[in-house]
Amino acid sequence: MGRTLAEKVWDEHIVRRADAEPDLLYIDLHLVHEVTSPQAFDGLRLAGRTIRRPDLTLATEDHNIPTLNIDQPIADPVSRTQVETLRRNCAEFGVRLHPLGDADQGIVHVVGPQLGLTQPGTTVVCGDSHTSTHGAFGALAFGIGTSEVEHVLATQTLTQSRLRTMAVTVQGTLPAGVSAKDMVLALIAQVGTGGGQGYVVEYRGKAIRALSMEARMTVCNMSIEWGAKAGLIAPDEVTFDYLRRRPHAPQGADWDAAVAHWRALATDDDAQYDREVVLDASALAPFVTWGTNPGQGVPLSASVPAPDAFDDLDDRAAAERALEYMALVPGTPMRAIEVDTVFVGSCTNGRIEDLRTAAAIIDGHHVADAIRMLVVPGSVRVRLQAEAEGLDVVFKAAGAEWRGAGCSMCLGMNPDTLAPGERAASTSNRNFEGRQGKGGRTHLVSPQVAAATAVLGHLGSPADLVEA
Amino acid sequence: MDRFTTLTGTAVPLRRSNVDTDQIIPSAYLKRVSRTGFEDGLFAAWRGDPHFVLNRPESAGASILVAGSDFGTGSSREHAVWALQDYGFKAVLSPRFGDIFGSNAGKAGLLAAQTDAKVVAALWDLLDRQPHAAVTVDLQARTIVAGADGDRIEDSFDIDDYTRWRLLEGLDDVAVTLSHEQDITAYEAGRPSWKPRTLPARVEAPVEAQ
Repeated sequence: MGRTLAEKVWDEHIVRRADAEPDLLYIDLHLVHEVTSPQAFDGLRLAGRTIRRPDLTLATEDHNIPTLNIDQPIADPVSRTQVETLRRNCAEFGVRLHPLGDADQGIVHVVGPQLGLTQPGTTVVCGDSHTSTHGAFGALAFGIGTSEVEHVLATQTLTQSRLRTMAVTVQGTLPAGVSAKDMVLALIAQVGTGGGQGYVVEYRGKAIRALSMEARMTVCNMSIEWGAKAGLIAPDEVTFDYLRRRPHAPQGADWDAAVAHWRALATDDDAQYDREVVLDASALAPFVTWGTNPGQGVPLSASVPAPDAFDDLDDRAAAERALEYMALVPGTPMRAIEVDTVFVGSCTNGRIEDLRTAAAIIDGHHVADAIRMLVVPGSVRVRLQAEAEGLDVVFKAAGAEWRGAGCSMCLGMNPDTLAPGERAASTSNRNFEGRQGKGGRTHLVSPQVAAATAVLGHLGSPADLVEA
Repeated sequence: MDRFTTLTGTAVPLRRSNVDTDQIIPSAYLKRVSRTGFEDGLFAAWRGDPHFVLNRPESAGASILVAGSDFGTGSSREHAVWALQDYGFKAVLSPRFGDIFGSNAGKAGLLAAQTDAKVVAALWDLLDRQPHAAVTVDLQARTIVAGADGDRIEDSFDIDDYTRWRLLEGLDDVAVTLSHEQDITAYEAGRPSWKPRTLPARVEAPVEAQ
């Protein structure tokens, strides 16, 4: 019987297989950041161990760092200590680090792909759940905890139990104005936050093939939000075109050998998935969340649901709690929800295409009174590219704040946070209670909806701007 | 890592599903570089509520947390496991765990016991009536036992064989893997030369080959 893409990548990385044990898998690329690594480096030191493959390891600073005044020392002493600890650890153990101020600094999941280090058929891990982003290249990529970070540093391997496979086939064509973010939010609302539990997911079908590399990263990024271990997309010409000129892409004859290998990774026609989900792209519309997990979403044209609309008692209780936290009344049209803050950025939607999309919508408009709009490039390279295209000028002219690169308001670990009770439309990936700051309220949206919302002052789409 | 065999203690009913790791420990507590001392961050946003279950006097000293489904979803932060352990929990029961949380728990020595939803509900009811009821989690036998007579609850729980073995033996994962170092070296010898390397660093776009 044939094998799926995920199974082929898995099989190529088996270092050791034994009865009644998980496989020992080789890791091609280990990405490191300041938050989940200090205790791992300490563990190495305590045991007198070294890093097995510094040449397969890359570190950057993203979670803690400010996006303003980046030439100044980090004001929060605890954050500063954590960042300085990463710098010391990288120097001591010989790890390449792109620190704040470096041209290749940025969110770890934006930096890996843009350097060309994320390649098809590789295994990629990082102490961060959004490592699933790299699956867009046909890599088997997943987040790990700090104990596993230490394990990979010491051994360049991980023990992993074999996973089940799932196909998410997205048929048809996305309507104009509907993005990859809408697609994945609609998918999560359909399957639930636990729908992917225990599966490696392969996204396929006409609508997936039609996505750009960056849009594919948006989809794979959110795999963890419905519980999947990893999400991948078979590499094709879109992938190769994106990679070809990247600094770490194979060169010359190596490139040809690599591409030949990558083409053979596609799922065999007679391969079987353990589960299949089908989605019709042509039926999708702009999608936004109303609750406190990414599965609590509806089309922008819909209203806040009533808890008793949920048959499952757990879902009903979760909806009641979410509505209380979000201070929303059932029946309120989503478009009537006013926000205080709009955040464009994160490893989900902080790449150049996302910024181009948002800039094109906001161009010629102005951010509504009393709305704070933060535009945060995912990396310094994205920022420089955007500035070369004049996007920063567009954002600033519209009244938005143009920031330095980092995780920023996605997760409340740096100065960019919501105040208690503040409400945001955010292109990030999690609307959990307190995610963007204690007491903050998050609506997950696409860059299109974010830009339109900033102008309107309430949730809306670019189409609403035309009518306004 | 300490061995885990059988645990008998009191338990806290956490009647919530989808408790993500941002709720278990908010990100503000992740800035520390230490491996211990995260107990103050555990459920920090909810601890301000005097009615929150952990704030009840009868919750003091509990070593088992009985949670709803999809416990530990979201972020990969192992700090969630450490915070539970630092607070005094040695086992968490839930019908389903977030993948990375479950894996982190096994590595750090916290038992994540996948427990039937009906058993979780029965334990919640029992603990509401008898907050000091002793609950026994036996990893060797994979069983949960609580209550007495008409209230007695006894059922099995799920945990993968490998994690169970490692917890029972209290093994250091890295040492186990390094005992297979010759397999790693042999694998590395066969890796294609075009696989990416981070060193030496290449940061500028390369000149196209003619």
